[in-house]
Amino acid sequence: MNDRTLEVRNLNVTIRTDRREVRPVNDVSLDVLAGSIVGIVGESGCGKSMTARAVMGLLPYSGKVDGGTVRLCGREITALPEKERRKLRGSEISMIFQEPMTSLNPVIKVGKQVEETIRLHTECSREEAKEKTLAMFREVEIPEAETRYHCYPHQLSGGLRQRVMIAMAMVCKPKLLIADEPTTALDVTVEAQILNLLEHLRDAGTSVLIISHNLGVIARVCDYVYVMYAGRIVEQAATEVLFGRPTHPYTRGLFRSVNSLREGSATLETIPGVVPNLFRLPAGCSFSLRCGQCGANCEKNMPELLETEPDHRVRCFLTEKEDAE
Amino acid sequence: MRKNLTQRLLQAVIVLAGVTLLIFVMLRIVPGNPIETMMGEHADAATVARMTAELGLDQPLYIQFFRYISSAVRGDFGTSYSLGKPVSQLMGSAFVNTLILAVFAALFAWIVGIACGICSAMKKNRLPDRLFMGFSLLGISLPVFMAAMFLQYIFAFQLKWVPISGTDSWAGFILPAIALGWNSAGQVAQMTRTTLLETLQEDYIDTARAKGRGPLGVLIHHAFRNAMLPVLTMMTVQFSGLLSGAVITETVFSINGIGRLMVQAISGRDIPLLQGTALLATTVVILGSLLADSLYSVLDPRIRKEG
Repeated sequence: MNDRTLEVRNLNVTIRTDRREVRPVNDVSLDVLAGSIVGIVGESGCGKSMTARAVMGLLPYSGKVDGGTVRLCGREITALPEKERRKLRGSEISMIFQEPMTSLNPVIKVGKQVEETIRLHTECSREEAKEKTLAMFREVEIPEAETRYHCYPHQLSGGLRQRVMIAMAMVCKPKLLIADEPTTALDVTVEAQILNLLEHLRDAGTSVLIISHNLGVIARVCDYVYVMYAGRIVEQAATEVLFGRPTHPYTRGLFRSVNSLREGSATLETIPGVVPNLFRLPAGCSFSLRCGQCGANCEKNMPELLETEPDHRVRCFLTEKEDAE
Repeated sequence: MRKNLTQRLLQAVIVLAGVTLLIFVMLRIVPGNPIETMMGEHADAATVARMTAELGLDQPLYIQFFRYISSAVRGDFGTSYSLGKPVSQLMGSAFVNTLILAVFAALFAWIVGIACGICSAMKKNRLPDRLFMGFSLLGISLPVFMAAMFLQYIFAFQLKWVPISGTDSWAGFILPAIALGWNSAGQVAQMTRTTLLETLQEDYIDTARAKGRGPLGVLIHHAFRNAMLPVLTMMTVQFSGLLSGAVITETVFSINGIGRLMVQAISGRDIPLLQGTALLATTVVILGSLLADSLYSVLDPRIRKEG
């Protein structure tokens, strides 16, 4: 039971706009096993960041979790009062964000910002906190830790800032680290270093949930992958399985667009259309509008997320049919 | 930073010299002979001519200007025509009153303004927000003399808590300070609210929440300092405005400050006094903006970086 660091079951998130409500996260269930890196992949607006924020308890003010459970090491946390939730943030679950440029407070020295996390969650003196911060800086391979401690964010490069963010998130040894597009704003060589670092953290015992639209990043570090589309999980499998046998038409579309680049084909393969507006989702399968193999049933009903082979689930009528035949 | 400051100081001196020249020329272009005003309507031409020569007003303008500048640098701004005392002495005693009034008004404006702004931002679009913003809007839109009379009526005339005017005791400064500071308080409150709400949208606020800060901690430790940067600039400029004399407030409450001295100088065509007070006001404003710039670079490390 407790080999699962994070256990999300049937999670719904609703956001209220002026008059209407939308559901950016719809019936999402996912697991992060202890000592693994799990990825959520999908286009912008598919609900992956919203899922992460719901797990953190950091939804925007207009948003709320309405239905479903989130368990951290077996403990239900969505129903906890805000004060208890706050104690978990930074100590049990941490999060790093996409933009290391703007995610650090510009007027506070980076060392102090990391120290803040320690002092919020543990009783310790200034000296101890500083010692811990410097040790953490070394662990995330920030060179000249002592000098960097006194730097302001604008004096550091993007990669260093993301390392500071990771140090800040990891300094209380959380059980789960959520990384929301951790390398999107960084260049490729720095991206590789940051991904190495995440693997290193995983090996040291922290489970990691990575949110990304970058299949390369997912393939490189994840043990297990969830593909999200319009607020729902449409396919899930271990990384090798998913990359070996992508099954949902959406997943296959994603891979085709990447592979067309890799094989140097003259035209870039794309998935036609755009992500549907959450206000105007089709009656049936959310992907039906863009799907090349869309049938009559697809337009009317939402398929279930069903197992096509052990531990490989797909939300598509086409695969169901194959099974039936 | 030091190089920058030297540069700014030099600029300030140039601006000051320019303003001095402008005031000097303007006062001599405007119609009306100060000597005639001084001597009264029935003075004979010979006396007027004698006085004009005595005061050096018959000399060419540039000679008058250089005489003025050379004695002004030595702290001598001439003698007031209407009051018969050295201008520097008159300004000195008036400036003390203006200074006390400005400090009180500024303290009121900043404490009340910032507190209102924070409360408003925290209770955005709810009742406290509307109340505090109503109070601010009233301060901004109410003319000072109306605010002054309104306060006088309630607190001095009806409740008799404080003297109605005059500066015999410290209590005499309370009402004028509030009347004068209310406007600034309103501006500070509105700006604090706006910048705080903007700052609370920043990514680093999410980071702070993600590390377990509560709403108050986020506000105080992360949003406040960033949000206060533009407010601080405004407050410094406001303060130099308050210091350069509050004509209406000083008149309504009979405070002998720079503002009243200026009015006296204008109505009496008292050129030396007018020049002196105008120059004093200019200096204060220039120093104020210089201070605002320096403070900004102390508080924001991104500006500080260039050594």
